[in-house]
Amino acid sequence: MADSRRNTLYAARRLRNTVATSLAYGATAFGLGWLVLILGVLLLHGFGGLSLSVFTENTPPPGSAGGLLNAIAGSIVMTVLAVVIGTPIGILAGTYLAEYGRHDKLASIVRFINDILLSAPSIVIGLFIYEVMVAPMGHFSGYAGAVALAVIVIPVVVRTTEDMLRLVPDTLREAAASIGLPRSHMIVRIAYRAARAGIVTGILLAIARISGETAPLLFTALNNQFWSLNMNAPMPSLPVVIFQFALSPYEEWQSLAWTGALLITVTVLALSIFARTLTARK
Amino acid sequence: MSEVALNGVAETTGAAAARATALNRLRLSDIAFRELTRIAVYAVLALLSGVILALVIGSVPALKAFGLSFVVTEVWNPVTENFGALAPIYGTLVTSAIAMVIAVPVGLLIAFFLTALCPLWLRRPIAIAIELLAGIPSIIYGIWGLFVFAPFLQKYVQPFLIDTFDGVPGLSSLFAGPPYGIGMLTAGFILAIMVLPFITAISRDVFEAVPPVLKEAAYGLGCTTWEVFKHVVLPFTRVGVIGGVMLGLGRALGETMAVTFVIGNAHTVSSSILAPGTTISASIANEFTEAVGDLYTSSLIALGLILFVITFIVLAIARYMLLRLQQKGR
Amino acid sequence: MTMASTNASAFAVPVATHAAVSTAGLAEKVSIRNLEFFYGDSRALKNINLALYANKTTAFIGPSGCGKSTLLRVLNRMYDLYPGQRATGEVMFDGQNLLDSGVDINLLRARIGMVFQKPTPFPMSIYENIAFGIRLYERLPRAEVDARVESALRRAALWDEVKDKLDASGLGLSGGQQQRLCIARTVAVKPEVILFDEPCSALDPISTAKIEELIDELKQDYTIVIVTHNMQQAARVSDFTTFMYLGELVEFDVTEKIFTAPTDSRTQAYITGRFG
Repeated sequence: MADSRRNTLYAARRLRNTVATSLAYGATAFGLGWLVLILGVLLLHGFGGLSLSVFTENTPPPGSAGGLLNAIAGSIVMTVLAVVIGTPIGILAGTYLAEYGRHDKLASIVRFINDILLSAPSIVIGLFIYEVMVAPMGHFSGYAGAVALAVIVIPVVVRTTEDMLRLVPDTLREAAASIGLPRSHMIVRIAYRAARAGIVTGILLAIARISGETAPLLFTALNNQFWSLNMNAPMPSLPVVIFQFALSPYEEWQSLAWTGALLITVTVLALSIFARTLTARK
Repeated sequence: MSEVALNGVAETTGAAAARATALNRLRLSDIAFRELTRIAVYAVLALLSGVILALVIGSVPALKAFGLSFVVTEVWNPVTENFGALAPIYGTLVTSAIAMVIAVPVGLLIAFFLTALCPLWLRRPIAIAIELLAGIPSIIYGIWGLFVFAPFLQKYVQPFLIDTFDGVPGLSSLFAGPPYGIGMLTAGFILAIMVLPFITAISRDVFEAVPPVLKEAAYGLGCTTWEVFKHVVLPFTRVGVIGGVMLGLGRALGETMAVTFVIGNAHTVSSSILAPGTTISASIANEFTEAVGDLYTSSLIALGLILFVITFIVLAIARYMLLRLQQKGR
Repeated sequence: MTMASTNASAFAVPVATHAAVSTAGLAEKVSIRNLEFFYGDSRALKNINLALYANKTTAFIGPSGCGKSTLLRVLNRMYDLYPGQRATGEVMFDGQNLLDSGVDINLLRARIGMVFQKPTPFPMSIYENIAFGIRLYERLPRAEVDARVESALRRAALWDEVKDKLDASGLGLSGGQQQRLCIARTVAVKPEVILFDEPCSALDPISTAKIEELIDELKQDYTIVIVTHNMQQAARVSDFTTFMYLGELVEFDVTEKIFTAPTDSRTQAYITGRFG
């Protein structure tokens, strides 16, 4: 009886299993291979161009050497403003979803809409801000760029804030209520404190996400060859400069694009790893 | 009132008044905070409505001029101001399809590896590495695709594909030359790498949620690891996997920068996947700032509206699927 | 601590011999010799020696954590799924030590089937739940698969309840029906030994009675091992009973003897409810 099972059907099953598991090993190697390849090439091309002048000089005219100072500054300014605008709205909305509207209809609709915003194409966000800010104002501006980025920040923060507040045990809420603490004070003084690491993680992930975003800036902040911190005027940013320089025929520009790409990638990966360790420690 | 009775007579009025104002202040701040969060929620609501409204209003001139034929017209001529969305829609769908054909099996296999084959100590590092792939900004994929991947395809892969399928009915036109390097296949491939981590991460999560005893029962019948995966794990998690795939698809459809670098930006519908094409997002990114005239701008915004509608549907299905899985889990 | 446990096991070994058991004429289906089991560094089974007789039901009883489920999961090497778990010693089955690394685990598990504590219907139809296992080993025409599915369901006393809804999902059945479906699924693969891991602990009394009846019938064709928390159940369904305590096999004997005249004081303490 035992040996009758060791038939061709069984041999075929074993073969299929071997093939499938080998494919799984192969697929994993394939996936990891890309990470190594992309980071490797990035280091190779980007590291060569890395020098002090990258951080001290502005973007050069075609065919000459320069740095990325104005682009880096523009990116930082717009990112900071986007976080300043987006984070409070995101945290408050996330708070409503987790604390006040756990089961009400408004909350479930907004939860769905937030998920849609979370994965909406970022170029569409750019079009939206163009329509509501750039067109009425009549010119591209750093403000428009920052608001476009804020629109991307909000759903990320809403989502993580809600998730993290939900992890706060209800017993803590009841304990706060039992000493007569009003709801809002319980939230601000106890729930926020308990969920702080998670909420900060969400903000960091949002920063990581927008520091690489290009599409929503293309026709909101546009670009600027020169040093400018005037947010009411077109403003340069690292991703847009990379886009422009990489597609140009000039070698100096292409080299700067690689260096910029390396800077962005390192920043983004460092941010997301740091964000992960924050929550992992809990 | 009862507080008054409990307190000493001398201090009564002063203390009670202080307490009343304090309580009042607390109550007011409580209401204020609650309303503040509610306003924030309405802001999120307004944001999405605003996006839809802005896109619709912006596309009115184009839709008025071309009507529904906008969607099925291939012509894209800024000089004669004659615009049709067929080529970008076609390119968007084809590149996303290529991406999913590659990324779905690979992503599921990686998740299979991570949950069934990988030694315990290796699971976390590999999972993190795959998630890092998701963190790399799309412009990096674009620049990498243009300078490294496209030349590689042009030199080695595409000539091989063209030669291999030359004369094979049906496939010869799918892989018709010449080898440009850039084109729809290249864009699809880069998109595949970009959505891979999404599909992997969600599939791994849902695979891990399969009760161990169910897997043991299948092993108990004499199933191989692969059979347990195929007949028990996959059917059990089907809804969640579809949700994850749709989420990846939504991202592939809307991805802009990675595609813009390598698609070739040609407003044509070509049967060959090696040919250059364009996608909705790439057209907008490339042409929007240079668009002259209301009709041109409006046509690009109409493209954005179409993209938004497509991704909205895909994402809505994805969320619905994942929600159903959550409810089943409860 | 170490001293105590060494002393205890030294004491336990002679007690667990089969001298008193009348096993003449019975065939040993599975023979376990010097079996040890480890979760990482901790030893969960200590020097187990035991025979499982063909066409008899053997029950493993003992307090929680005594190693009875662990021992059961050694028999079909279910522990292989989990890194860090390993067994040493000998478990002879059909002339082969099934702990050998060369043993084909899939075939082994087809020959030694298992029914779990909680019902585990697969996410497919009632029919497919059973046909699935059959098709793993045999390529049969549809009519024959149908016949095998029916006979398996009849064996599990489930046929009359499900014959009109074979295409319905197995998940829609009641707990007791699901458990019988799992027994049918196990039987359909034609095992030689069936392992039951507390098969009734999630069921109501009526379903439990049906399953126990079933186990009694299955004995004619299979060698049965059942792990149970419930001493009455062990007394009702088994021919032999093994009492385990702290990873040791304390006593093995004919069920009647274990429950009426146990040799070891620990067995006596357990069956009279003084601990566990």
